Amino acid sequence: MLRNRIALSALILFVVIVAVSFAAPLYAHHIAHTDPFASNITGTTVVGGKRVDVLQQGGGTLGIGVVPIGPTWHSNFFLGADNQGRDVAARVLYGGRASLEIGIGSAVLCCFIALILALVAGFFGRFSDTILSRLMDLIWAFPVYLLAISLATVLLTLPNGLQWGFIHVQPASLWVPTIIIALVYVPYVYRPVRGQVLSVREKEYVEAAVAQGASSLRLMFGEILPNVVTTVIVMLPLMIATTVLTEAALSFLSIGVQPPKASWGTIIDDGQALLYSRPWVAIAPGLMILLTVLSLNVLGDGVRDALDPRAKLRLKG
Amino acid sequence: MVRLKRSAMLWAMAVVVAVLATGCGGSSKSKGGTTTPTAAGGKGGTLITLANAAPAGSPDPQVNYTLQEWQWLILTHDGLVGYKRVSGPEGTKKVPDLATAIPKPTDNGKTWTFTLRSGIKFSNGNTVTANDVKATFERLFKIGNSPNAGSWYNVIVGGDACVKTPKTCDLSKGIVVNGDTITFHLTKGDPEFLDKLSVPFAYILPADTPAKNLNLPPAGTGPYKWVQYSPQKQMKIVRNPYFKEWSKDAQPDGLPDSIVQKFGLSVEAEVTQVENGQADWIANADSIPSDRLPELSSKYATQVHITPLTAVYYFAFNVRVPPFNNLKARQAVNYATDRNALVKLYGGTNVAVPTCQILPPNFPGYKPYCPYTVNPGSGKWTGPDMAKAKQLVQQSGTKGASVKVNSDTTEVDKAYGLYFIGLLNKLGYKASPQFLSNDIQYPFIQNSKNKVQFAYSSWFQDYPAASDFLDILLGCGSFHPNSNSSPNIAEFCNKPIQAKMDQAGAMGLTDPVGANNLWAQVDKEVTDQAPWVSMFNPKLLDFTSSRVKGFQFSPQWYFLLAQASVK
Repeated sequence: MLRNRIALSALILFVVIVAVSFAAPLYAHHIAHTDPFASNITGTTVVGGKRVDVLQQGGGTLGIGVVPIGPTWHSNFFLGADNQGRDVAARVLYGGRASLEIGIGSAVLCCFIALILALVAGFFGRFSDTILSRLMDLIWAFPVYLLAISLATVLLTLPNGLQWGFIHVQPASLWVPTIIIALVYVPYVYRPVRGQVLSVREKEYVEAAVAQGASSLRLMFGEILPNVVTTVIVMLPLMIATTVLTEAALSFLSIGVQPPKASWGTIIDDGQALLYSRPWVAIAPGLMILLTVLSLNVLGDGVRDALDPRAKLRLKG
Repeated sequence: MVRLKRSAMLWAMAVVVAVLATGCGGSSKSKGGTTTPTAAGGKGGTLITLANAAPAGSPDPQVNYTLQEWQWLILTHDGLVGYKRVSGPEGTKKVPDLATAIPKPTDNGKTWTFTLRSGIKFSNGNTVTANDVKATFERLFKIGNSPNAGSWYNVIVGGDACVKTPKTCDLSKGIVVNGDTITFHLTKGDPEFLDKLSVPFAYILPADTPAKNLNLPPAGTGPYKWVQYSPQKQMKIVRNPYFKEWSKDAQPDGLPDSIVQKFGLSVEAEVTQVENGQADWIANADSIPSDRLPELSSKYATQVHITPLTAVYYFAFNVRVPPFNNLKARQAVNYATDRNALVKLYGGTNVAVPTCQILPPNFPGYKPYCPYTVNPGSGKWTGPDMAKAKQLVQQSGTKGASVKVNSDTTEVDKAYGLYFIGLLNKLGYKASPQFLSNDIQYPFIQNSKNKVQFAYSSWFQDYPAASDFLDILLGCGSFHPNSNSSPNIAEFCNKPIQAKMDQAGAMGLTDPVGANNLWAQVDKEVTDQAPWVSMFNPKLLDFTSSRVKGFQFSPQWYFLLAQASVK
C-alpha cells in the first residue's frame, strides 16, 4: 500500500479532513471567536477596521432584502455568514465532525451487522440462510433513499424518540441518522460477505477443523471470520464514502442531522437560498463532501489492491 | 384565513394599511415600491402569471380557500354584494354586485332582503335568477366539504340542519324567493353577514350545478370564464362573451383578453422570467429569497410594488401543555424576543413591522399596545428586555423544561424556528426543532393530539373585522380538540375574555364604534395573557414585468389582475 502513492495521498487527505473537522471547537473558540450554533441575526463584526452588520440590509431604491456578510478571508467570518448570521467556516468544520461521525459510525455499524448476519446465514445455511437472505432481499427491494426517508420521518416525529429497553435515542440525536443509514445499507455488505462465507466454509482447513471437533462458534470466528474480514475491510472505505453522501442527502432534505446542529448536508440546505448572493455557503460543504468521497474511493481502491493477491500480481506484472 | 407562504390553506385577503396616493386608477408612473397604481394601458393580450404550484385543495369555488384561486374567482363570478374593486382603503367598501342595492337589515339584523339585477347572464348564456341564489346556498351545504359552511353560513335558518344532513339540505325557510327578491332569514343578527356574502363561497352559480366537487369552476357572471385548470400545468380564463359591465365598482370589465397562471417553476426561476419579460407576475412572491430582493430593489425598482397587509406572523404557545401553561413562562419569551431579528429574517424593515399584539394596524378595533418591550408605554416595540425575561423564567419555575419548536421547512419559516431554539436555550429551556414539510405542518399544529408546544403560524384577514383575528384564532369556540381544523392553535380559552368577545360581536350591528372599542380591550387583554409571540405585520411585495401597466392593489383581493394592462 505504501508503494501506491495515489492511495497514500488519498489517505493523507482523508486524515487531514478528519483532523481539521475534529479541531472545529479549537477554530470556533480560539480563532473565529464564535458560537456556530447560536443565531447572530442582529450581530456585528469588524471588517477592514469598520464595524458592520453580519446580516446587511439590501440597498437600491427600495432598501429591501437582507444579505449575510460574504467571505472576509480573515479569522472572523472567513467564508462569510449564513442566513442566521453564523460563521460558515466554523459550521463547515463542525458539520464535518457530524458528517464523519455519522458516515464512519454508520459504515462500521452496517459492516458489523452485515458481517455477523452473513456469518450466521452462510455457516448454518438452510433455514437461517433462507430467513436472513429473504429479509435482506426485502430491504434491498426498497430504493435506499426512499427507505431512509421513510424511517427518518417516522423516527423524527416520535414524541419521545426511540426507546429500546434501557437505550433511549432522542429524535434530534446523531444516532438517529447513524442507525437509519446503517440499516438501509446492510444488504449491500451482507451479500458479498455471505458469498465469501459459503465459499470459505467448503475449504479444506475448515473441514479439518470440523474433523478436529471444533465448535460452531470456533469455526465461525476462528476459521471463517479471519478469511472473510478482508472483504469487509476493502468495502469499509467505500461504504464510508457512500454513507457520508447519504447523510448529506438526508440532512439536505431536513431529515438527517437536526438544526441547529450542523452537517455538510444541512449547510448546503442553508446555502441553497443564498446561491445567488453567497454561493460559498453551499460550495464550501459541497467541496468538503467531494474531497472526502474522492479520497475514500481512491483509498478503497488502494486497500483492495493491497489486500487482493491477484491485484498484487497485476502490480508486479 | 389564508397563509400566503404555504401551499395549504392559503387563508387570504388583506387590507391596505398605507394610505395610497390620491387618485386611484392613476395616471402617474410608479416610482416603485409604492402602492400607487401605475398608468393604465389598453385592452387585449394575455397576462402571464406564475406560481410554484396550483391552488391547494379542490378548485370548486365553494370549497377552495386560497387567495391564489380567489383572485381568479372574483373575475369569473359575483356575489349579491362585493368589495369595491379599487386600490386603497376604498377597496374595503362593500358595494351592491348582483343585487341592486345593499339592504338595511330588519328584525334586529335577522332579515336581509335583496333585489336581483335583471338581465345578467352566466357565461353559459342562461340568465341569473333568484332561484340560482337559493340553489347556490343549498349547494354550499350539499357539497359536504365547504370549509366555512358550518361556521359562517349556518346562521341562515335551516343551515344547522343542512350541516347535519347535507344531502337533503333545504333552505326554503332561510332563503325566501319572490320574483327578483331574495330574503335571507337568519337565526341571529350577524354584523358580518354582508362580508360573508362578498367572498367566493357565496358567489352565485347556476342552479343546475352538480352538488359535487368540480374540477373546473362552473359558469359565472364575471368578465371572464374558466377554460383550463390543470394542476400540473396551468390554469386559464378567457373573456366571457355574455358579460356586460353593470357596475364599475363591483365588477369592472377586464383589460387582458385572457389570463394564464403557469405552475411548477422554482421561485428563483420565476423571478428570472419576470425580469426577462417572459412572464408578468409572480403569485408566490412572498417566497422570493431575501438575498434576491436587493437585486430587484436596485435594477427593477419600478416593477416592484410593496403594500402593507392586515396580517400577523406569530408563534403560538400551547397554553395547556407545560411549560407554557405557565403565564410567566409565556410572558418571558415575549419579553426576550428580538422582533427586529425576526423582521430581518423576513426581508428587513421595509417589508415588515414588529408587533406585540394580535390585531394588525389600521384594522377595526386596533389600538397600538406593546407591553413586551423595553420602555413600554408608547404602544410600539422598541427592544427586547432579556433581564425581565430571565427573571420571569426563574419565577415561573419552568427553567430546564424541554420545548419542541415547531415550524415548517420553508427557508424563512425554518429560520424563525432556529431563532427561537437559540432564544429558548438562552432562557434556560432545552429547545429542539420539530420542522415539518409545509404540506403537513399547519394541520399538525392545529391538532391537540400532537401536543405541539410552540408553533409557527400566520394569519391574513378574511374580511376586515376584529373577530376574524381574535375570535377565530383565540376564541373558545375555535378550539376543536383532536381536529386538524382547529385554528385556535394556542388552545386558548379564557371565559371572561370570551364573554367580552361575544358582547362585542353582538354590538357590531347596532354600535360598531362601541364594538370596536370593546374589541380593542379584548386585544389588550389577550395580549397580556400572551398566548402567542406576535412577531410582525408583513408587507406584500408584488413584482411585475415591465409591460404591465395599471397595477392596482385592492386591500381585499390584492393585485387586481384584470385591471392590469399588457398592451
